[in-house]
Amino acid sequence: MGNNVLIDIKDVKKHFPLSKSWFEEKQYVKAVDGISFSINQGETFGLVGESGCGKSTTGRLINGLIKSDTGEVIFNGKDLASLSEKQWKAYRKKMQMIFQDPYASLSPRMKVKDILMEPLTIHFPRMSKQEKIETVKNLLDKCGISEFHLNKYPHEFSGGQRQRISIARALILQPELIIADEAVSALDVSIQSQILNLMKNLQKEFNLTYLFISHDLSVVEHISDRVGVMYLGNLIEVASKQSIFKDPKHPYTKSLLASIPQPDPSVKRERISLKGEIPSPSNPPTGCKFHTRCPLAMDVCKEKVPIMQKLNENQQVACHLY
Amino acid sequence: MMSKLQIETSTMEIPKVKSENRFLNFWRQFRKKKPALFSLYFVFLLLLTMVIGPHIVPYDPAEPNYNRLLEFPTLDHLFGTDEYGRDILSRIIVGARITLSVSVSAVLLGTVVGTVLGLVSGFFGKWVDKAIMRICDVLFAFPDLILAIGIVAILGPGVRNVIIAVAFFNIPSFARIVRGATLEVKEMLFVESARSVGASTTRIVWKHIFPETIPVIIVYFTMNVGTAILSAASLSFLGLGADPSSSDWGAMLSMSRDYIGSSFHLVFFPGLVIFLTVLAFNLLGDGLRDVLDPKTND
Amino acid sequence: MGSLLQVNNLKTGFHTEDGMQTVITGIDFEVNHGEIVGLVGESGSGKSVTSLSIMQLLHDTPGEIIDGEIIYKGEDLLKLSEKKMRQYRGNELSMIFQEPMTSLNPVMKIGKQIIETISLHLNMSGQKAKQHAVSMLESVGIPRAKDIMNEYPHQLSGGMRQRVMIAMQISCNPSLLIADEPTTALDVTIQAQILDLLKDIQEKTNMGILMITHDLGVVAEICDRVIVMYAGRIVEQATVKEIFNNPKHPYTKGLIDSIPKIGAGLDELYSIPGAVPSPKNMPKGCKFAPRCEHVMDICNLEEPALAMENGRSSRCWLTQEQSQQEGVVGHGQ
Repeated sequence: MGNNVLIDIKDVKKHFPLSKSWFEEKQYVKAVDGISFSINQGETFGLVGESGCGKSTTGRLINGLIKSDTGEVIFNGKDLASLSEKQWKAYRKKMQMIFQDPYASLSPRMKVKDILMEPLTIHFPRMSKQEKIETVKNLLDKCGISEFHLNKYPHEFSGGQRQRISIARALILQPELIIADEAVSALDVSIQSQILNLMKNLQKEFNLTYLFISHDLSVVEHISDRVGVMYLGNLIEVASKQSIFKDPKHPYTKSLLASIPQPDPSVKRERISLKGEIPSPSNPPTGCKFHTRCPLAMDVCKEKVPIMQKLNENQQVACHLY
Repeated sequence: MMSKLQIETSTMEIPKVKSENRFLNFWRQFRKKKPALFSLYFVFLLLLTMVIGPHIVPYDPAEPNYNRLLEFPTLDHLFGTDEYGRDILSRIIVGARITLSVSVSAVLLGTVVGTVLGLVSGFFGKWVDKAIMRICDVLFAFPDLILAIGIVAILGPGVRNVIIAVAFFNIPSFARIVRGATLEVKEMLFVESARSVGASTTRIVWKHIFPETIPVIIVYFTMNVGTAILSAASLSFLGLGADPSSSDWGAMLSMSRDYIGSSFHLVFFPGLVIFLTVLAFNLLGDGLRDVLDPKTND
Repeated sequence: MGSLLQVNNLKTGFHTEDGMQTVITGIDFEVNHGEIVGLVGESGSGKSVTSLSIMQLLHDTPGEIIDGEIIYKGEDLLKLSEKKMRQYRGNELSMIFQEPMTSLNPVMKIGKQIIETISLHLNMSGQKAKQHAVSMLESVGIPRAKDIMNEYPHQLSGGMRQRVMIAMQISCNPSLLIADEPTTALDVTIQAQILDLLKDIQEKTNMGILMITHDLGVVAEICDRVIVMYAGRIVEQATVKEIFNNPKHPYTKGLIDSIPKIGAGLDELYSIPGAVPSPKNMPKGCKFAPRCEHVMDICNLEEPALAMENGRSSRCWLTQEQSQQEGVVGHGQ
């Protein structure tokens, strides 16, 4: 794994306006509230957090499906926001997405071959049909789908097979970065492990970089090299997999880890149960956003926003305890 | 308690019957809707009549026979004769062509324009949507027939202008329906995933969204043909449509209204075929909706 | 006291275009007082259909119970009239679902919904029912219970809604609670809270819980006994310790090995090849044979019975051959 930074996210923000009546003050959902991290070439960066923490929005911001309010996304040394529409299209090829729900992410009225050929038609208009079909067959085969299925429609496949098709589509443009948004969350465990293995193998074969977004910490631990934990639109801890799972620093990370039910009845969960629910992202707490649920909250936490600081080579945390 | 224990079927493990062929699958379900199935047969019969009608008529529909004026139905003339002694059955058979082609082409025109407007309106939203929808609201505000009369009054009577008039008031209903479907489809994940591979707006609308709205369009197309037949007939009845001497069903009704007291059959038979045709198209539309677009049904 | 719920030879089928398709093929199990039994399986295994069959809530689906007995406290639920069954539901047997929003009435205040259930089954009058409702909400850890009574379901978060659902379902002191994926839609920290809550309630009231889930982590956390289902059959049944420490059926073993475990440091996960067979294309012999790595000739020819041994059972030729050699075979069916 080289240490070349492939993508660098700098203080990216995205606030969605809430539609309110004229008379009320305009409110915003602070989906992503200034996050910075970078992903190195060939590594898998896991982004975890609970629902509403902004992890999916982050993926879409990087991919350009949503435009950020402020901040920079630097891909291969180029700030994506500064690109023209045409240049952007060339960069689009280099990052592709895999979505959570394989039942909803494939056009229901298109045949598998058309779904897979579409990206080629868009980006390589001069490619011959024969060439396209060959590329499709080749890639489907690598993803474990036989070429007999080329003329079938998505509804004729199981969830696992559809996810394989989605992966093949994401790979067809030979991207460098794959953003996988909850890519295995909708699948049964036995299928989930097949897909995870497939993704790992493809990563080796094509030298891919993954941004793996998931709420499932066990899956993230399995696939990632480094992990970022998000809470209410902010990154609160970024560390190597070893550091974060063996020695989590942020109280939120700790409680998140303690909450995972372990598939082993002899391990009794240490109950650091968090009080209460996640506050609304339209009206987050002041200071450290976690202070309302934090078992170790101090006075300073209510007032001052903690900044991300480097604890060592592998670990960064945003918490007043450190 | 029971009401609260509603079950979301999507979470359940119901075995899906998968068919390799979409059409076969559709046909299997459609076959069970008996009224719609019979309507389909009736519509086929009408279409057949349109094609071969002029070759199978027992009498020349335009040939007057002053010996047999206003005759009640007999074995010779199953539907009787009109005020010029023309065979009513033959006139109805021949009239199918003009009546149906006017209404079908009118609805087709309305569908095409309405669909494009609906797709644009639903996909782009914002002011485009607002503008298109407000225009549709204005069109909706007029009763269909008044609008059509107005248009024909401006353009002048005649078959072509009836088609335009009827098409015109089909536009807003299609625009709205397609816009609704577009709004729904636009939010689906596959649209976002198409965008993530770099698909252009045109491609997304045309290749990903439009195909999803086709079932709804088919359903409403069928239903609107029924209404369009009525409207075209009404315009003819008012003397704004087809040439009164032609065998258009509406024109037939119009011409025979003077005899309604003495020779009831003159009005009855054209009226009956209009009624049956409209009913058939509506029932067919209903059946298609049940199968193609189950959501709007519940 | 013995078993609270006993399911004998339950068969449920679905009406399809091609006639009746059996999706549950004669399953037997029991739930005892004060016991949490996990019913585990992947989608298509028939676990949810089993729960709906017990509650007899299949009318909204194409499903129908074909055969079998569901003995609850000595009485066969399948022989009860719909009226009697309605009295049982929510009172003796309760059920919570994955997404509480679909089981709560969106246009009715939460308090009113709970009071309705209470007055229906407990014969309590206005003020008393209201007090009971508030105390139920408090008992499931809802802060500001009195205010919440006047709120609508959409005003609450997913975790809160699930608590309300639990409060409603336990408000009439049911003896059996069927929980169908109750935490699947929730975040991990909230899931942990709900699991703790269910465990606490169960300890306090000694009710039996049938926990339907696909998540083996949840099973290990909360269940006493586990039933593993595959393709409409029970393939293994044992205590939670036995299942995890010494799974007998290759499917159970495969499932456990498929889960990524924190700190395991594996480069590749174990994975079961293939997918669950569709009801239309069921293999002839053992239904798991096409995916099994220990498959033998007999597996493709004949389906093994669910054999009991030392209080646990498994449906596999592998273990049955071994025990036959040792001469201790006992048939569960």
